[in-house]
Amino acid sequence: MDLALKDLGDYLVGELPDEILGSELAFDQLTIKVRREAVAKVLTFLRDDVNCQFKLLVDICGADYPAREQRFEVVYNLLSLTHNNRIRVKVATDEQTPVPSATGVFSAANWFEREAWDLFGIYFSDHPDLRRILTDYGFEGHPLRKDFPLTGYVEVRYDDEQKRVVYEPVKLTQEFRSFDFLSPWEGVQQVLPGDEKAEEAPPQPKPEGGA
Amino acid sequence: MGIITDPAHGQAPLPPGPEQDALLRQVTGELQDKGFVIASIDKLVNWARTGSLWPMTFGLACCAIEMIHAYCSRYDLDRFGVVPRPSPRQSDVIIVAGTLTNKMAPAFRKVYDQMAEPRYVISMGSCANGGGYYHYSYSVVRGCDRVVPVDIYVPGCPPTAEALVYGILQLQKKINRTGTLWR
Repeated sequence: MDLALKDLGDYLVGELPDEILGSELAFDQLTIKVRREAVAKVLTFLRDDVNCQFKLLVDICGADYPAREQRFEVVYNLLSLTHNNRIRVKVATDEQTPVPSATGVFSAANWFEREAWDLFGIYFSDHPDLRRILTDYGFEGHPLRKDFPLTGYVEVRYDDEQKRVVYEPVKLTQEFRSFDFLSPWEGVQQVLPGDEKAEEAPPQPKPEGGA
Repeated sequence: MGIITDPAHGQAPLPPGPEQDALLRQVTGELQDKGFVIASIDKLVNWARTGSLWPMTFGLACCAIEMIHAYCSRYDLDRFGVVPRPSPRQSDVIIVAGTLTNKMAPAFRKVYDQMAEPRYVISMGSCANGGGYYHYSYSVVRGCDRVVPVDIYVPGCPPTAEALVYGILQLQKKINRTGTLWR
């Protein structure tokens, strides 16, 4: 299996040397890194080539690595039913640079790219309808970015005078608590009372018979 | 049975037994004798309200599964006169079963506003009670009582079907106890 994947990786690099930046085997699956401008071409090749036949786009995810210069990664997960094979295609980008849309290759990419735009703020060029898909109407920010605060910026409440639901800045009655599980007064103790002997070996039964 | 109560027993309906038999005999006698009985209207109204609490179907998350269990044959809320309705115009109570998100909040309030008085709200599960697991989330309302007034809170994550049935019984008790025609 690994050998076949490795062969496929070498084959892809051989066929598209200018577009593919590298291939590796990670978690029993082939991952290829692709130049951003060439993503549509690589996806078309993966879909149509007789040795690939990755006709099913399973998912497009985003990932945020704030330490990197190009902080975002777009990951395309493809499945080939013909060859019973999966592949992961990765593209790096940042806040400004758009990634070419994959909607022309896989129509399923439409909502996946909207989701990536909504949650990460990754921009896709040539997308037919790039607007928010999951978050609230008029939501500001991209919540899955690492620099987005967990509690967000606004919360809702029904205003009895205005007779409608209003948005207000977040005001928490109790701050978010982070448990370190080291203090004996908070969290789980290492050894529960009465369990001190649980780790010891049970007493050995005496050998019977003999002599 | 709970319509006619004598002052000695207050608001609580009589349990089955010799006392109830005597009362029923008395009522039947009065009906045969005079052709009518006298009862106080507020108690009659409360009896009617508790006997047909039609809930608005408002399942938002996994709590809805437990709500469905409560409606189904094992717990069978039908026997309490609790029949799920698809329209807020027909319902008396709304069971908020699940996580109320910011995006859903205006729609939820609209549904509540469309219900006719008297209307009641049962908040089911941790998320509806106070945000629960998603209390610190950017997209979840920290308790549905920020949007509508809540009558009964059913705790649990999710509450069992029994817990919801118990909550509905508590709401019936509350309606009986409050005993107002308008509120």
